[in-house]
Amino acid sequence: MKNRASGVSRPASHAPRPDNSEARAGWLLTAPALATILFIALFPLGWTVWESLHEHDLRMPWLGRPFVGLGNYLTIMRDERFWQSLGHTALFSAISVAVELTLGLALALAMNRAFRGRGVVRAAVLVPWAIPTVVAALLWRFIFDSQAGIANVVLSNLGLLHQPLVWFVRASTAWIPVILADVWKTTPFVALLLLAGLQSIDQELYEAASTDGASAWWQLTRITIPLLKPAILVALIFRTLDAFRVFDLIYVMTGGGPGTSTEPVALYTFNALLQNLEFGYGAALSVIIFIVTFGLAMLYMRGLGVDLGDSRAGKGR
Amino acid sequence: MRGRIAARVGLVLLVLFAAFPFYWAVVASFTPEATLFREPSLWPRELILDHYRALFTERDFWTPIKNSLIVALTTTVFCVTIGAFAAYALARIEFSGKRAVLAFILAVTMFPQISIVSPLYMLLRSLHLINTYPGLVLPYMTFAMPLAVWLLVGFFRQLPRDLEEAAMVDGASRWQSFVRVILPLTGPGLATTAILTFIYCWNEFLFALSFTLGPERYTVPVAIALFRGQYQVPWGQILAATVIATAPVAVVVLVFQRRIVQGLTAGAVKG
Amino acid sequence: MASITLSHIDKQYPNGYVASRDLSLEIADGELLVLVGPSGSGKSTVLRMIAGLEKPTGGTITIGERDVTRLPPQDRDIAMVFQSYALYPHMTVRENMAFGLRLRKQPADLVARRVTEVADALGLAPMLDRKPSQLSGGQRQRVALGRAIVREPKAFLFDEPLSNLDAQLRVETRAELARLHRRLGATMVYVTHDQVEAMTLGTRVAVLRDGVLQQVAPPMELYRRPSNQFVASFIGSPSMNFVRGAISRDGGRPRFTAPGGLSFAITADLPATDGPVILGVRPHDIGLGPADNGGPRGVVSLVEPLGSEQIVYVTVPGGADFVAAVGAEATPRVDDPVSLTIPGPAIHLFEAESGRRIGA
Repeated sequence: MKNRASGVSRPASHAPRPDNSEARAGWLLTAPALATILFIALFPLGWTVWESLHEHDLRMPWLGRPFVGLGNYLTIMRDERFWQSLGHTALFSAISVAVELTLGLALALAMNRAFRGRGVVRAAVLVPWAIPTVVAALLWRFIFDSQAGIANVVLSNLGLLHQPLVWFVRASTAWIPVILADVWKTTPFVALLLLAGLQSIDQELYEAASTDGASAWWQLTRITIPLLKPAILVALIFRTLDAFRVFDLIYVMTGGGPGTSTEPVALYTFNALLQNLEFGYGAALSVIIFIVTFGLAMLYMRGLGVDLGDSRAGKGR
Repeated sequence: MRGRIAARVGLVLLVLFAAFPFYWAVVASFTPEATLFREPSLWPRELILDHYRALFTERDFWTPIKNSLIVALTTTVFCVTIGAFAAYALARIEFSGKRAVLAFILAVTMFPQISIVSPLYMLLRSLHLINTYPGLVLPYMTFAMPLAVWLLVGFFRQLPRDLEEAAMVDGASRWQSFVRVILPLTGPGLATTAILTFIYCWNEFLFALSFTLGPERYTVPVAIALFRGQYQVPWGQILAATVIATAPVAVVVLVFQRRIVQGLTAGAVKG
Repeated sequence: MASITLSHIDKQYPNGYVASRDLSLEIADGELLVLVGPSGSGKSTVLRMIAGLEKPTGGTITIGERDVTRLPPQDRDIAMVFQSYALYPHMTVRENMAFGLRLRKQPADLVARRVTEVADALGLAPMLDRKPSQLSGGQRQRVALGRAIVREPKAFLFDEPLSNLDAQLRVETRAELARLHRRLGATMVYVTHDQVEAMTLGTRVAVLRDGVLQQVAPPMELYRRPSNQFVASFIGSPSMNFVRGAISRDGGRPRFTAPGGLSFAITADLPATDGPVILGVRPHDIGLGPADNGGPRGVVSLVEPLGSEQIVYVTVPGGADFVAAVGAEATPRVDDPVSLTIPGPAIHLFEAESGRRIGA
C-alpha cells in the first residue's frame, strides 16, 4: 500500500496483517522438508498416474509410449490374476488384522497390570517389531521349511500331525506360516498402541465402577473398550493399511507361489513393473493400490478427527 | 486373582512365542548344515562357527552391512535435521496453510511404496543414480521424512510454550531461543526420532531391491533375501546373517525401549 | 525505568474472538499497575501485547518514548514473570538468571556480579547451582523473579505469578512483591484474577471485562466509587448486594421501591428524574437489628461464621437475599426475623439499563 503524496499517511501499525514475518519464517523453515517430499513422493505419484494412461513396455521400446486413456484400467478389470491377487490381499489382511487386534488387546490388558518384569515383556515383544520384515520372514520360513523343519517335528510330537507337511507347496497350507509370521511381527505394535490408550484411561473410573459394584467383565465392556475405541481404530487402520501393502513378507516366504496362488497385489504390481517391465500396466496397478490406501487413510483422518492444529492456536487468553 | 494368574501365564507364553524364532535361529546358526534337518533338536548338540566364517569370507557380508549403515545413517541425519526445522515451524509458528501441510505430511506417511517405485526408478535412472548410495537415500526420504517430521511435531508441541516466550522476553531471537532453549530440551525427542527413522531405513526392502543391481550395493535385507546356494538353500548362513542383522537392532531396542514406545504411540494415540 | 502507554489497542483473533477493544491506558514510570478481571477478560492478552508476544490488530504501544508496537519481544527490554515460571529446565539457577544478560553480550564479570547481588537479596545464594527441578514451588517463583530483576529492564510484567503457590506462601510473597516494588521503584504491570491481590499490590488497578477497560483507579477509589455495576460487584468480598427497583419522590421524600414490597427512604446522590435504578450496598455497610427498628425487614436464611466476622444471608420480601457482614460479637440465628440498617452514604445507585454509576 503506497501513500499518496497528498494524502494523510496512515501509520502502518493501524492495520497490520496477521504476522507476515511469522508466516514467512514458517514457510521458510518448512520449505526444505516440503520440497523434498514433493520432489520424491508427490511428483513421482503424478508420474505414475500419467504413465498409467499409456502403453509402455520397456521390453518393446520400439512401440514407443502411445496414449491409451483408461485402456490399462479396462484390461485390469478383465485380468484374472489381478482379481486373484486382490483376493489374496483381502484374505491376508482380514485374517492377520483380526488375529493381531484380538491378541494385541489381550496382550495390552495383561501388560497394563503393574507387575515385575514388565520391561522384559515390553522388550521381548518389541524386538520382533524392530527387526527387518525380511528377517522375520526368513526365521518363520526356516521353522516351516522342509519336512524335517522344527514345526513339523513339534506338531508331530504333539500328535497334531500324522505325517510331516510340506507347507509351501500348497496355497492353503502356505498361508499359515505367512500369517503366523505377520502376527508374530506386528502384534507388539498393536499391543503397544492399545497399551498407551489403556494408560490414558483415568484409573478413578475403575474405582468408581468398583464402588458401584461393577464386575470385571462389565468394566471391560462398558468402560475399557468404549474408551479405547480411538486407539483400537488407529491400530485397525494402521494395520489394514500395512497389510494391504504387504510385499516383503510374501516375497521372501513364498515368492507368491506356488504359481501365483499366494501373490498379493503389491507383489503382482512389482512383478508387472520390474520383472515384466510393463510400466504402463504396472503404473495402473500402482494407482489402484494408491487409491485404495488413500481411501483408507482418509477414513482414518476423518473418522478420528485428527487434530492438526495445536490446542492453543487462536484460542486467546 | 485368577485373572492375574491367567494374565501371567499368557504373558509368559507370549514372551516365549516372541523369543522362540530368535532362539531357534541362534541355535541353528551354530549347527552344522548336515544335521540341520536330519534330526532337529530344541537343544544345541554341537556348536560350530562355520556359518559365520563363511558369511564373511565366501559372501563378504561386510558389504551389505556397510551399505545399510551408510544409507540408513545418511537418511536419518538428513531427515532429522531438515525435519526438525519443519517440525518446529509446524508446531510453533502460526501461518496460513499450516494445517494443509500437516495433513499432507500425514497422508504421505501412509503412501504405498509400490505406487512410486516405477517413476522413482525412471527418475533415478535419468539422474544416473541407480545402484548408488544417493539412489537409495533419496527414495528412503519418501517415508523417512514425513515420519521424522510427524514425530518431531509431536515432541515440539509437548514443550511448554512459556519457555520459548520467556527466552524471547529475555532477549533471545527466534533463532537463539530455538538453539539455546528448544533444541537442548528436545534432545530426547530428536534421539527417539533418529532411532525410529534409522530402524525404518535399516529394515527397508522394496526400494533397495528395486534400485540396486548387484551385491556391491545390496543392503542387509536384500542380501539376506537373495542368498542362494549352489544346490540348496544355505540355511546355516542365512540364519547366521539374520542373527547379525538382528543383533544391533535388538540392542538398540533393549536400550531405548521406553523412548521407542513413546515415539511409536505418541503420534498415533493422541492423533 | 520507563512509562508504558497503550493507545486504542484492539486485538481480534483470526477466529473472531475479541480480546481487547479500543483500550487506552497509561502506566506511569515507577507505578505498579494491576490488570484485574475474570478469566476471558483479556487481561493476559494485554500483558502479552505489552511484552510483544502478541501483536495488536490496532493501536499503538509505547515504552518510554519508543513506539514498540511492531517490535519483537527481544527488542523491548522488558522482563516477564510467567505463571508457570518458565524456568529453563536444562540450566542451573545461575544460568537461568544470567541468560538474559548473556544474550545481551554483557561482560562475564558484570553478569556474575549482578547474579550474585540479586541471588543474595532474594535468598537464592545457596541454590545457585541447582536445576529448577530440584527446587520447591516457592523457590522456583523466586528464581523467576530473580531472573527478571537481574536484567534491570525498563519494565516488569507479571502474569499471575502467585497462582501456583499455596495460600500461605501466596500472602507472604504478595507482601514481599509490594516491598520489592517500593525498593526498586520499577514500572510493573501485574495481571491477576484475584481482587485481593489487585487491591493490596496496585498503585492503581485497572478492571477489564470482555476486552473493555471498565475503570482504572487507586484501590480505595475503586472500592468507594466503582464506576459501574460490574466493577462494584467484582471488587470487594463478599460481593456488593444489588436490587433492581425504582426511585419515586412523592411529597419530596425520595423512596426506593423494589418489586415484592421492599421499600425504604434514601438520601443518596439521586438521578435527575424518577425511574428504574439498580441499588447497590456493600455487605459491610449493612447493619442488622431487631425486627422492629423501622428498616427493611427480612429473615436470616444462612450464617457463615468466618471468625473475625460473620456473613449473614437475609431473605427480604420478594425473595431476594441480602448479604451482610457483621462483627464476631453478633448472634444471628437462622430463621430470626431482622431488619436491615442501610446508611444513606453507603448506597450506590446505578443506571438500570447501562449499569453506569449515578452521581459523583
